[in-house]
Amino acid sequence: MAGFLLRRLLYLVCLVVIATSASYFLAATQLNPRARYEGRNPPPPSAVVDATLDQLNMNDKVPVLTRYQRWAGDLLRGNLGRTIDNQPVNDEIGRRMWVSLRLVLIGALVGTFLGVAAGAYGAVTQYQLSDRLLTVFSFVTLSIPAVVLGVLFKNAGIGINNLLGFRLLYTTGEMTPGLDPWTVTGLLNRTAHLVLPSLVLIVIAVAFYGRYQRNAMLDVLGSDFLRTARAKGLSRTRALIKHGLRTALIPMATFFAYEFALLFVGATFTERLFGWHGMGEYFVNSVTKNDVNSVAGVTLFVGVLVLIAGFLSDLAYAALDPRVRV
Amino acid sequence: MPQEPLLSVSNLSVSFRSESGLVRAVRGVSYDVRPGELLGIVGESGSGKSVSSLAIMNLLPGHAQVSGSARLNGQELIGRSDEELSAIRGKQIAMVFQDPLSALTPVYTVGEQIAEAVLVHEQVSKAAAKDRAVQLLELVGIPNATQRASAFPHEFSGGMRQRVMIAMAIANAPALIIADEPTTALDVTIQAQILDVLQTARKVTGAAIVLITHDLGVIAGVADRVAVMYAGTIVETGTVDELFYTPRMPYTLGLLGSIPRADAGARQPLTPIEGTPPSMVALPSGCPFRPRCPMRQDVCAEREPELLPIEGDGGPDARSVRLQPDPPGGPEGPQLQAGATNDQRPTTNDHRASCHFRDDIERRGLTSRDIFVAPAPTELARVLGARETRPTMLAVRDLVKAYPLMKGAVLRRKVGEVRAVDGVSFDIREGETLGLVGESGCGKTTTIMEILNLEKPLSGSIQVLGKDTASMTRADRFAIRRDLQVVFQDPMASLDPRLPIGDILAEPLRAHGVPDAQVSRRIRELLQLVGLQPEHVNRYPQAFSGGQRQRVGIARALALEPKVLVLDEPVSALDVSVRAGVINLLERLRAQLGLSYLFVAHDLAVVRHIADRIAVMYLGRIIETGTVDEVFDAPAHPYTQALLSAIPLPDPRKERQRVRIVLKGDLPSPANPPSGCRFRTRCQTFGALTEAQRQTCINEPPALAPRTGSADHLDACHWATVETVL
Amino acid sequence: MANTASTVPGAAGPEEASSRLQLVWRRFLRQRLALFGLAIVVLLFAVAYLSPYISLWQYTQLDFNAFLEPPGGSHWFGTTQNGFDVFALTMRGMQKSLVIGLLGALMATALAATIGAFAGYFGGVVNTALLTVIDLLMVLPAFLIIAILSPSFRGHTWLIFVVLLAAFQWMVTARIVRGMTLSLREREFVQAARFMGVPGWRIIFRHILPNMASLLIIDATINVSSLILAEVGLSFFGFGVQPPDVSLGTLIGDYAGAALTFPWEFYFPAGLLVVLVLAINLVGDGLRDAFDPNTQGRA
Repeated sequence: MAGFLLRRLLYLVCLVVIATSASYFLAATQLNPRARYEGRNPPPPSAVVDATLDQLNMNDKVPVLTRYQRWAGDLLRGNLGRTIDNQPVNDEIGRRMWVSLRLVLIGALVGTFLGVAAGAYGAVTQYQLSDRLLTVFSFVTLSIPAVVLGVLFKNAGIGINNLLGFRLLYTTGEMTPGLDPWTVTGLLNRTAHLVLPSLVLIVIAVAFYGRYQRNAMLDVLGSDFLRTARAKGLSRTRALIKHGLRTALIPMATFFAYEFALLFVGATFTERLFGWHGMGEYFVNSVTKNDVNSVAGVTLFVGVLVLIAGFLSDLAYAALDPRVRV
Repeated sequence: MPQEPLLSVSNLSVSFRSESGLVRAVRGVSYDVRPGELLGIVGESGSGKSVSSLAIMNLLPGHAQVSGSARLNGQELIGRSDEELSAIRGKQIAMVFQDPLSALTPVYTVGEQIAEAVLVHEQVSKAAAKDRAVQLLELVGIPNATQRASAFPHEFSGGMRQRVMIAMAIANAPALIIADEPTTALDVTIQAQILDVLQTARKVTGAAIVLITHDLGVIAGVADRVAVMYAGTIVETGTVDELFYTPRMPYTLGLLGSIPRADAGARQPLTPIEGTPPSMVALPSGCPFRPRCPMRQDVCAEREPELLPIEGDGGPDARSVRLQPDPPGGPEGPQLQAGATNDQRPTTNDHRASCHFRDDIERRGLTSRDIFVAPAPTELARVLGARETRPTMLAVRDLVKAYPLMKGAVLRRKVGEVRAVDGVSFDIREGETLGLVGESGCGKTTTIMEILNLEKPLSGSIQVLGKDTASMTRADRFAIRRDLQVVFQDPMASLDPRLPIGDILAEPLRAHGVPDAQVSRRIRELLQLVGLQPEHVNRYPQAFSGGQRQRVGIARALALEPKVLVLDEPVSALDVSVRAGVINLLERLRAQLGLSYLFVAHDLAVVRHIADRIAVMYLGRIIETGTVDEVFDAPAHPYTQALLSAIPLPDPRKERQRVRIVLKGDLPSPANPPSGCRFRTRCQTFGALTEAQRQTCINEPPALAPRTGSADHLDACHWATVETVL
Repeated sequence: MANTASTVPGAAGPEEASSRLQLVWRRFLRQRLALFGLAIVVLLFAVAYLSPYISLWQYTQLDFNAFLEPPGGSHWFGTTQNGFDVFALTMRGMQKSLVIGLLGALMATALAATIGAFAGYFGGVVNTALLTVIDLLMVLPAFLIIAILSPSFRGHTWLIFVVLLAAFQWMVTARIVRGMTLSLREREFVQAARFMGVPGWRIIFRHILPNMASLLIIDATINVSSLILAEVGLSFFGFGVQPPDVSLGTLIGDYAGAALTFPWEFYFPAGLLVVLVLAINLVGDGLRDAFDPNTQGRA
């Protein structure tokens, strides 16, 4: 058993190493950090640029293998290198992952719960009005790109503010700069910032989970064990909730696991639209800024989280389904 | 009538809307169930037997339209709300379903699920309900009930799960238990156990039982009265003796004549019922059995016969049959108590049949052989010499096949190995049929897969037509596949649903490079050979009935003119009334084409009918082998005896007199078989042996040896004694 | 009847001989919503490709007399601040989105089917190797990889972009196909073919993949809409279709900021995109219902 787990772990570590290295090589050969300096006016002397790039380990005049060696050596000591703005990548990730979590957590929790509830309810009342409404809602929402949904909510928020004549909802940032976050005013201000992006995330999550939970529940509806539960004397509703919903949660385990493991990765579009400086924004910026070390760092971070998610998903399965317990 | 009926169903109809139109699944079914009696409902798939009972419980899907009446103790059930019915379900009427794997919720322990049945209807504490659950588990014969109550359904075997279902059904001492094919998914020895448990449950609760099944044998042994269903309606009803000995509806007659019997000595061709049950969407006018009935007249097309009493029934002969006292302690014991106050035998108008000619059949005393005609035996292609002089077509020596034993679904890993086949030897001579029998898990399927793979076995050897698979090249294997073909169990699964049958039959021909010009001619030949119309080449498999599909499967196997055919349960997925036709076809083909069969089956009656020789497997080994008559008439191994004893015979009188050997427990895990004799843990004679004899069983694996006097009859029991059980 | 050479009379019932595909098609036609979706997709396709002939403006053309004009006159969807015609831009964008979606979906599903089936059927080393590739691609953040590579297909054909999108879209389906192959491989009709001596690759293409047709068709339909949405996401950040070419994604990205002030610039492309994706999803859903024998056929 121990040997088996160890082999499995080794395999996963290899996967992350290969993935991270691959994205390092891609970034190091495809991105052009030099452009960031050469574009300045007046352009700095090339010796200065070379020195800066050397310090950052991003000089394209150095062979890529040499750069990789230095980067990998640092990585073994737990150092992800420096960003193109000469900040430690570790710090950047360490700071931004919490920003992402603060943005996404509430939306994910509320959205998942509501979605599962709505999906189960929809399946139980199949073909009735409530079910049809949910189906249409899920269907339409899942056809709208997150970007467009975000823009719609943002503009709706601005509309509400204009209507009220004062600023109830904020559309940019995590909180108004200079406020103490741990006072009542600070918390209210944070909440006012969080409402719109959270709504976007909730709507998407409800649509997603509503649809999948409904399908999972419908799969269970015709099953023999529900018939047995009713033959015992449970009413339809009670049998559906106690035996049906409980069993229909099993196939959702994977979704739950991935969602919660990837909370730190944030929401790229929502962050961008609402001006939150989380991991999602970092994703995009690392490429636009030709920031090789950040790209590699982000890949590593996401890769590890994906593997954790896979592990969590196995755990969730085992927790929900006695058949797979070892 | 001495007693008010417990359940009175009248004119019950159920229909569903479907793609192809309104499916009239149940059409005006009426029957009574008296307190404490066991009513058997027999019918083939689609006859409406399960749907009608689910309709009573209101457990059908929402789009089913139910009409008619079902009264439980005078109280109407049809049309009641779900809330009202939930108070009745599980409390007054309980159900046992067919497939015990899917019928239990996978995520709760069996203890919780039984306790739940108690808690819904009674105001007791959770702890008390749990205790009740344990008691019930003990009652239905689950060892270590206290611990097993906290196990999950997937940790139980099929038979054990069915015991759990029965425990759940009797939790609230219901007045009626509806058992819907409770033993269909189970092996025959486990079926005997479960029927035993059902009888115990009946004794303990005094409940009446409605037993729904397709197996006439099961009904013959346990039922008081029987109703036969065909095309959504009851076509004949009466006491079990009336139905089995004086059936008056041609369908019942045909059914009884078409089933092979394990206790039948001389081999006679079966009398098949032609055709297939009608589609419930487009029923023929008049009598639904008309298209298949050899007695049909014009009147049959004009109106559907009603279910009416048989005139002149109850003559001296019949009465003497019915007044015969039951053997003491026989299966009808509880029924005697229930109806002890009066003449418990039903009055004459209880035997009813829906046939315009029922009185005619009665007067003339027609049997199935008078109405249905059995095919004449086919002339052999050429006369075969004595067995020893014929060439060996297939020889298996000490075959071993092991699988890695995996554990865990999340973290799959190998934890050991299972020897699914552990030293199996047999051979098949030209023109001969060997029946390889055994219950699920005995290794018979693994054995034939090893043969068909034509690879070098882990240990031992396989020789096909004298060539050893170990030394074959790729080209040799490809060439020998012409001579070794297979027919599978499930005619639905063995034909690719996306290809018309012409293409299906062409596949083996094309694979072996038969020129296109010959392919289409050969396909027509093949279709004719198996009794299908050559014009049907462009139809898809789904346009054919199960029996016809199996004929296509047989035609495909014959395409390359093989010499040996492996038949993997070729009739077990078919409806009872079409089985006989396929069995007769296989017998005809063997004679006509001089084939040799390896016939794998769990149904011993079929094997007795079709095979020359038989090999009985248990836990990866052959434990008895010999000619069919030797093994069936004088079984020497205790397992063979138990297996034969567990077969229900479609003969109520014989059933009442038989003493059944009911084996203990389940098949041990093949991953960890018992030492010495593998059967000793369940052996019925082990207990009667001396200590020294038992030590031999524990320490020494018995070898196959002739112990009965016949050199050809081998068994693997140290203390074999012949015992007749059929 | 008694004759041994007798023929079993007629096959079952009236519904004989209608092939499965016809049945599926009949059921599909019964679903009004799905048909409506199909009609919309066809309509949008036609309009997108016919627009150069019906519109007065081409997407490369500037109207120096109309900057930021609201819809009206010859500019049906209004104009941008440079004087581009929003209708022409949107139609051009839709052409690109449609082609990317359809082509990418075809590639992704074909890849998934082939790889999944081979891994499942042959098992062993083939299986291990392919599963490792799938695991690896799942760990790699697709968004990031395509973003890094986006400058390199600037000025080249957008086909590279489609290939990249498809390359990250097939893994989940391949796993499902593999799982289904594992169970189909044990099915008796596949075994029968094997015992007849039919080679493995032929069994895959003749028996295994056709028996997953429903899954593959549905998957391809879903892929169309997910790829269109993926293109929008990437193009929003400038990592997708590169100028001077336009797609619905680049338009949405470019004009998201103008949604409040000059709504026509944003809402026309965004609205049409939503309609397009919705219509494709309706078709996918209708196909799923038509293939699923368990649905009751009440649309």
